[in-house]
Amino acid sequence: MEMFLGYLKAFAIGGLVCMIAQILINKTKMTSARILVMFLLLGVVMELVGVFKYIENFAGAGITIPITGFGSTIVKGAREGAKIGLFEAVTYGFRSMAGGLTAAIFFGFVFALIFKSHSKKV
Amino acid sequence: MEDKQYMEYVHTNAQKSSHIMTLVWAFTVGGIICCIGQGFADLFKFALPEWEKSKIAALVSMTMIFLGAFLTGIGVYDKLGAKAGGGSIVPITGFANSVASPAMEFNKEGIVLGMMAKMFVVAGPIIVAGTVSSVVSGLIFWIIGLFN
Repeated sequence: MEMFLGYLKAFAIGGLVCMIAQILINKTKMTSARILVMFLLLGVVMELVGVFKYIENFAGAGITIPITGFGSTIVKGAREGAKIGLFEAVTYGFRSMAGGLTAAIFFGFVFALIFKSHSKKV
Repeated sequence: MEDKQYMEYVHTNAQKSSHIMTLVWAFTVGGIICCIGQGFADLFKFALPEWEKSKIAALVSMTMIFLGAFLTGIGVYDKLGAKAGGGSIVPITGFANSVASPAMEFNKEGIVLGMMAKMFVVAGPIIVAGTVSSVVSGLIFWIIGLFN
C-alpha cells in the first residue's frame, strides 16, 4: 500500500511538472531546448535554496526523472566537492553529470548508427 | 446567433478543448514516465543494496536515457511526443530524445559534421547551462564554507 502511494505521488508530481511545461509551450510557443534549459535551472535553484530534498522525499521519481532532477544532481555534486577544496568545488558538479551525459551521447551515437531517420522534422 | 458569431464561438471552444487535451496528455504521459523511473529506482535499490543513493540515481537516469534513445531509434518516441508534448520533453527520456533525434536526422550529412556535431543542437544549451551552474554553485558552496 505504501509502495502504491509512492507511485501515485510520483505520477501526480511528475505529471504536474510536465503539465506546467505544456502550459508554457501552449502560451509562449517555447521550443523544447528552452523548456529543458528552464526546468534544468529550476532544479538547480530548488537544490541551491534547499527545497528540492523536501519535494524529492515526497514525490521521489516525480521530481528526479524530469530534467529538474539533473539540475539537482549537479548542485549536489558541487556541494560534495566544496567540502574538499576549490578545485573539487568547481569540477565535482560536472562529474555528477557524467553518467547522464555519457549515456545520452553514447546511446545517441549508437542508435543513430543503427537506425535510419523516421521523420523529416528536426 | 449569426453564422459568423457562431463560427467564432465554435472556434474558441475548439481551441480551449484542444488546449485542455494537450495538458491531459502531458500530465498522463509525464506521470507514467516518472512511474517507470520509480520502478527502476525500486528495482535497483533492491538488487544493489550496497550501492550508495547517488549512484543508484545515476543508474536510473542512464537506464531511462537508454530507453529514450532506443524508443527514438525505433521511431516510437517522436510519435509519442506529437501527442504528449511537455510530457515527453521534460522527463530525462526527452533529453535522450533531443540527442538521438537530431543525431539520426543528420547522419546522412556525414558522421563527423552531420551526426556528431548536430547531436548537440538541443543538448548543447543544456550542457552549457548545467556546466555554468555547476561552477557557480560550487563557488557559492566553497565561499560559504570559508565562513563556517
